[in-house]
Amino acid sequence: MKRRDFIKTNAVAAVATAAGISIPWVKTAEAKDTKIRWDKAPCRFCGTGCSVLVGTKDGRIVATQGDPDAPVNRGLNCIKGYFLSKIMYGKDRLTTPLLRKKNGKYDKEGDFTPVSWDEAFDIMEEKWKAALKKDMASNKGKKPEEMTSTVGMFGSGQWTIFEGYAASKLMKAGFRSNHIDPNARHCMASAVAGFIRTFGSDEPMGCYDDLENADAFVLWGSNMAEMHPILWTRLTDRRLTGKDVKVAVLSTYEHRSFDLADLPIVFNPQSDLAMLNYIANYIIQNDAVNEDFVKKHVKFRRGVTDIGYGLRPDHPLEKAAKNAKKAKASEPMSFEEYKEYVSEYTLDKAHEISGVPKESLEELAKLYADPKRKVVSYWTMGFNQHTRGSWANNLMYNVHLLTGKISEPGNGPFSLTGQPSACGTAREVGTFSHRLPADLVVKKKKHRDFVEKVWRLPEGTIPGKPGYHAVLQNRMLKDGKLNVYWVQCNNNMQAAANLNEETYPGYRNPENFIVVSDPYPTVTAMAADLILPTAMWTEKEGAYGNAERRTQFWRQQVKAPEGARSDLWQLVEFSKRFKVEDAWPAELIAKQPELAGKTLFEVLYKNGNVDKYPKQQVKDDRGNSYSNDEMDAFGFYLQKGLFEEYRDITINSPKGKVHALAEFDAYHKARGIRWPVIDGKETLWRYRKGYDPQVREGKEVDFYGHKDGTANIFALPYEQPPEMPDKDYDMWLCTGRVLEHWHSGSMTRRVPELYRAVPDAVVFMHPDDAKKRGLQRGMAAKIISRRGEIIANVETRGRNKPPVGLVFVPWFDASRLINKVTLDATCPISKETDYKKCAIKIVKA
Amino acid sequence: MDKSRRKFLAESVKTASAVSLAALGLGLYARQSKAMLPAQAIRPPGALDEADFLGACVRCGLCVRDCPYDTLHLAELGSAIATGTPYFVARQTPCEMCEDIPCVVACPTGALNHQLTHIDDARMGLAVVIDKEGCIAFQGLRCEVCYNVCPVRDKAITLDTRHNRRTGMHAYQVPVVHSDACTGCGKCEEACILEGESAIKVIPSHLAKSGGSPHYRLGWKEKQRAGGSLVSPDAKHRFNLPEGMDYDYSGKGLIKKGEKKIGDSERQEDSPFSSNPLDTLNRKGGL
Amino acid sequence: MKSKGINAGAEAIVAKGWIGAHKWLILRRLSQLSILALFILSPWFAKLTEIWLIKGNLASSLTLNTIPLTDPYVLLQSIVAGQSPISTGFIGALIVACFYFVVGGRVYCSWVCPINIVTDIAAWLRAKLKIKGGVVMTRNSRYWILAFTLLLSFITGTLAWELINPVSIVFRGLVFGIGLAWGMILAIFLLDFAVSRRAWCGHLCPVGAFYSLLGHKPLIRVDAYQREKCDDCMDCFLVCPEQQIIKQPLKGAAKGISSVITSSQCTNCGRCIDVCAEDVFRFQSYIKKLR
Repeated sequence: MKRRDFIKTNAVAAVATAAGISIPWVKTAEAKDTKIRWDKAPCRFCGTGCSVLVGTKDGRIVATQGDPDAPVNRGLNCIKGYFLSKIMYGKDRLTTPLLRKKNGKYDKEGDFTPVSWDEAFDIMEEKWKAALKKDMASNKGKKPEEMTSTVGMFGSGQWTIFEGYAASKLMKAGFRSNHIDPNARHCMASAVAGFIRTFGSDEPMGCYDDLENADAFVLWGSNMAEMHPILWTRLTDRRLTGKDVKVAVLSTYEHRSFDLADLPIVFNPQSDLAMLNYIANYIIQNDAVNEDFVKKHVKFRRGVTDIGYGLRPDHPLEKAAKNAKKAKASEPMSFEEYKEYVSEYTLDKAHEISGVPKESLEELAKLYADPKRKVVSYWTMGFNQHTRGSWANNLMYNVHLLTGKISEPGNGPFSLTGQPSACGTAREVGTFSHRLPADLVVKKKKHRDFVEKVWRLPEGTIPGKPGYHAVLQNRMLKDGKLNVYWVQCNNNMQAAANLNEETYPGYRNPENFIVVSDPYPTVTAMAADLILPTAMWTEKEGAYGNAERRTQFWRQQVKAPEGARSDLWQLVEFSKRFKVEDAWPAELIAKQPELAGKTLFEVLYKNGNVDKYPKQQVKDDRGNSYSNDEMDAFGFYLQKGLFEEYRDITINSPKGKVHALAEFDAYHKARGIRWPVIDGKETLWRYRKGYDPQVREGKEVDFYGHKDGTANIFALPYEQPPEMPDKDYDMWLCTGRVLEHWHSGSMTRRVPELYRAVPDAVVFMHPDDAKKRGLQRGMAAKIISRRGEIIANVETRGRNKPPVGLVFVPWFDASRLINKVTLDATCPISKETDYKKCAIKIVKA
Repeated sequence: MDKSRRKFLAESVKTASAVSLAALGLGLYARQSKAMLPAQAIRPPGALDEADFLGACVRCGLCVRDCPYDTLHLAELGSAIATGTPYFVARQTPCEMCEDIPCVVACPTGALNHQLTHIDDARMGLAVVIDKEGCIAFQGLRCEVCYNVCPVRDKAITLDTRHNRRTGMHAYQVPVVHSDACTGCGKCEEACILEGESAIKVIPSHLAKSGGSPHYRLGWKEKQRAGGSLVSPDAKHRFNLPEGMDYDYSGKGLIKKGEKKIGDSERQEDSPFSSNPLDTLNRKGGL
Repeated sequence: MKSKGINAGAEAIVAKGWIGAHKWLILRRLSQLSILALFILSPWFAKLTEIWLIKGNLASSLTLNTIPLTDPYVLLQSIVAGQSPISTGFIGALIVACFYFVVGGRVYCSWVCPINIVTDIAAWLRAKLKIKGGVVMTRNSRYWILAFTLLLSFITGTLAWELINPVSIVFRGLVFGIGLAWGMILAIFLLDFAVSRRAWCGHLCPVGAFYSLLGHKPLIRVDAYQREKCDDCMDCFLVCPEQQIIKQPLKGAAKGISSVITSSQCTNCGRCIDVCAEDVFRFQSYIKKLR
């Protein structure tokens, strides 16, 4: 049957079926499963990093399957991964740039009108150049450490490694602005701050193999059952098949992970700090400290307290906070002093603050204290989205360091990431406002100098002051201090807290020009001035890094819809619009006169490194050919050039090979490789002799992120959250995700089956709370905070079972924006928002 | 217009209307009967899809006559099954899966598809373990009667062994039906030891099975079908490991050196022997 | 014209004796019952002898395990429903079609169909009890119904008519297990007895309609070969299930109309031959007539 006949026959059958008639002779034709081309790619969703095989036929992804050879998932996928082949084919894909126009001209209050890419870049160029001109004037004569900028960018832990790297270069070197931050600020910043403060190097020391080697698992504010579904099945299997394996699950409400819990603990919000200090105290009081380990590998520090809540400086709470300006500060202390410090966290006190039965607290402490038990602690947003998130991370490490249960198979603290490349792109490439690639930071001149050298740029190109972080960017937009702003690969209008008071006014500030790149018309795109249609996932060549330091590559499988371009193309193509003179002062250019008159494209990308690999046909080992649209557009293998330059930083960094990566080609051949890659060998457990070749001679454990090889135990107290239920707003609000939808739902809500499964966000609440307010299951309720309100239906029987006094509302639903309600308080150290705690009231809608 | 012609026309309109009305009623009944086959009524082997079957079967009963086990019946008027069509009830008399499939051979219209020549290819329905609360295997008891009587045993029904968390020391052996081999003969349903209804039942395939989802494949099955990885096999991985430790890639993960690997060892090692002869010589546990 | 009612054929009995005046009726009943008996008894016979005389039913059957016979009407419904039956079915239908093409399509009605016995009894009883009047229907109804049964098959893709077809249901019921088919028999009886004379076979039944079309120029026909002898006793008219077809061949000599009953509605039941004391009618091979 020819294709045309096939379509015609099916059309007739469809019409007949609609009319309730079955027409004989016209049977629905079945398409034959002929030649599908399969190739590997990591899943588009969470940080687990499952690998799938992508089936392409006639230029369209027609199917996927779990990659049976992938070590992470061995052919399995969760329900989101199951529908990967449908995420690109939502019926409302954007295929042309859209500019707000009135009377044929750009107007902030105009309607979105289709424009060409040229026109889109023209207006961007105009706005960017105006901002750069203003910046150059105000930065005249200033040192890199003092520079300011009005150019900003909000990026993503879903950017490919190449995109994050290219964006970082364009912003930090090209536009000389550190106001680039990824949405990973909302999810992983506290983990980053915790790792850096304690170990001097970001990311977990262990890997997923811990799952098969531990005897106990403690989940701190992680609903792994829904958020890391495939890892959860590994954990479950270990629990079921291992001898005497225990699982403790801690949360402020009961959720799916509690199904497996031997030790289920629901605690009062914020009291995790007190419980962690109690565990440390228990370990010390019961002589369970691994003294040899502590003596050799640990130092003690007392952190400053009363550090505020990352709110605007004029907020009464910030004014009242003594140490809001020096939140990161700490001073050395002795073990005896530390022992004294935590001794106040007795069982009674921990019980009083947390509301957890004493027996449960003791049982939990024993899991850690028992020298024979190997323990892995997992956490996600419960720790990280916390006004004391960096502290929570530090306190967690304290427990593992005191017992020496770290950096070995089955023992260690492990922060799970929520995004596919929060680690690979946001953290490792360093797209944060304070970071550079491979644990380097903008504040240190030595680091900047090194990166500038690799990038073949004059000394002093990169500004030395950390830029605006995610939450600050929205405030600065509102205050008119950030004027041109490019959002790529995220949906921050929906994701950022306090939408009504900060995000939306910031985007709609008449002084600002907001550009949003996205495949779909998201809430963020709706608030933009210019929308750029974007290629997604396997419509471009890419690379992600998952939570266990595994870097995974994929080839471009299909073309993006006509008109849509990848973020990478957008960044690099846009750089052609600027001459160095448009962005850099003459003194800087004078340091490297050969750059004069060149475009930022030539300076940043056609710089002899990035354009080193000529245009070629991308092929796999079986001879299949793949497109690479960026290579076609720019004439060289852009992705490979970017990666090899980035790799250069990771292996020659002043901090050593701590983030060393393998060469580009190796990743296309392997099912992911875990860094640091030393002499072609991947590292499973960092800092432990034998497992990590970077451990220095004569040491058993070497936390080489710090020069002296030690890790820090921080003495930090329990402090109250900024907003707690009171008589006006009498309940806690906790937000989060559900299994079926990923983040803001811009992809999963366009998969009909997933949308059908979970169409709308509901408010999960205790039946008694509902009853008290005259509400029944299914009724509409108003969730009101001091900042805003939304309406959602009540669910008293759902998968999440909050205790009395707390409700849970997922944030995936674009028509019920819970972030109108949330508070934009952050951890003052990590600047990560606390989405888990604010005060609300609930009334019948 | 002459009188008789007018009368004829009037009469025709009247008749046509009356007949149409009756036809409409019958049409609705026919549509209903198409969707109405009760779950316990199973069509003979080779029966076309129910919708086609109701168009192809002339209700002659030749299949019933040729069934050597008197398994088949013709639906009587008043039963929920389309009048005159053949069926059987597995709990009463299951299909014995005759090798020569006489019922199919007897069918004069192809309502029982004559292309069915090998009885194992028959798909009369699909067995489903419907009552997992009642099925004693799911409680950990050793029964497995359905598995043992299955004519396509080990293909259509296998036993899945699972850990019994309650006792902590036993394994469940629960029946799992595989649609690629189950013929729907109903021997399992007949044999189920429960009183009254069986815990495992053959139900029409269209009720038992979802339409399937072509957008997603099971990776390991596709690999098995293709006889190897669909994409280039994984590159060889090497790991930083301390003395005495080894890594069983795509197998057990971290292991002690010398421990048997279950993963793809040939990709890991060129030979089963460690490069250090002392590892082999000093291996614990004798020869 | 005098009404004889139940006494139709009385003169014939006098003239030809009871047997002579019921010859064709008896033969027909024998035919109908023995066909039925053959289907019912064959399984027992087969159990004893392992020889299958005939199996299946009127829809489709196999005689002596070799000769297939299929009801062409059922097969047509199946084809219209979108199915393509295999050769056995076609051959069987062809054989049956050829047979009725030769002997007259509606021979099926009076010589094979078991419903005919029911409707004949209803008509006889109706006459005996002198029940008159009732619903008036046109005899064309059956063609409308026939058309609609095929249309329904087309639309629903199923043998819609076979869900309620009394002809096949009753026969199958008698052979395979009766179920509620008794009700069907009763319904037909009441219809013909109380609602309208000869309502089913003469007005509604699409099976008869189909067969009348199939063999509408049969080679065996009733001929009023001695129509000049007719004494206008009206007996033939009273017993004929399709009364309208007799008048012209019998009385059309003046107009030059042939004495052969050519209407395709004639079921060749031979009752007119039986009841005519003057022997006006006889069966005649049409081939001979042609010559």
